[in-house]
Amino acid sequence: MITVKIVTFGIVRDMLGGQSSLTETLPADTRLEDLSTLLNDRYPALRRLDALRYAVNTQYAGKDVTLQQNDEIALIPPVSGG
Amino acid sequence: MVNQVSMIEIKLTDAPLNPSDATAFVSGCESGGTVVFIGTVRDQTKGKTVVRLEFEAYEPMANLEMEKIAMACKELFNIHKVCIHHRTGILGIGEIPVVIAVSSTHRQAAFEACQYAIDTLKQEVPIWKKEVFEDGEVWVAAHP
Repeated sequence: MITVKIVTFGIVRDMLGGQSSLTETLPADTRLEDLSTLLNDRYPALRRLDALRYAVNTQYAGKDVTLQQNDEIALIPPVSGG
Repeated sequence: MVNQVSMIEIKLTDAPLNPSDATAFVSGCESGGTVVFIGTVRDQTKGKTVVRLEFEAYEPMANLEMEKIAMACKELFNIHKVCIHHRTGILGIGEIPVVIAVSSTHRQAAFEACQYAIDTLKQEVPIWKKEVFEDGEVWVAAHP
C-alpha cells in the first residue's frame, strides 16, 4: 500500500465540503485514473466539472501515471488567474 | 525568484503590486522599449456589480508554471527581460491582480511575448479567483 496526499482548490474544495487536503491509502499500483474514479464516486459533484486536471508533485500529469508513496496530488479545476 | 542571469523575475504575493517594480526590473539601456500588461479588477461582470475578488493559488506549482512561461518567452521571442507578478488574497475594485512586463530591442517581440505570457498564464497557472457580488459569489470559469 502507498499513502498519498490530495490537495484541493477553488470550487473543488467547496465540492469536497471545504477539505483543503486529505490523505488516502491506496494499493501500490494505483494509477491517477483509478484515484480519479475513486474520488468521482465519493464526491459525485466532481463529475459536473467540465475540465478537471490533475497535478502530481506540482506538475500536470496524465491519467496513466502510477502513483508513488508520498506523492502530492492536486485537483486543478479550471484556472482563472490574471 | 530571480534566475542566475537575472533575465526573469517571478513573484506571487499577497501584498499590493506596483507596476513600476516590474518595469524597473526589465528596463536597461540595451532595450528599445517595454511592454506592460496590468490587470485590474473591474466593477461589473455580465451586468452584475462586483464587490471584490478573492484569489488563491497552489503556490509552489503557480511559481513553477509562471517560471515556465517566462522561460518560454525567452526562447520563443527575441526579448531581453520578462517579469511576472501576481497577487493572491482579497482585491477590491481597481486593484491590480497581475503585472507582466517585457523588454526588447524592437517593440514587436515585446508585444508578442507579453500577449503570450498573459494568455498562457490564464490557461495554465493554478490560480483561481472568486467573484463576490452583492447577492452571491462564483468561482470564475469553473462553475458547472
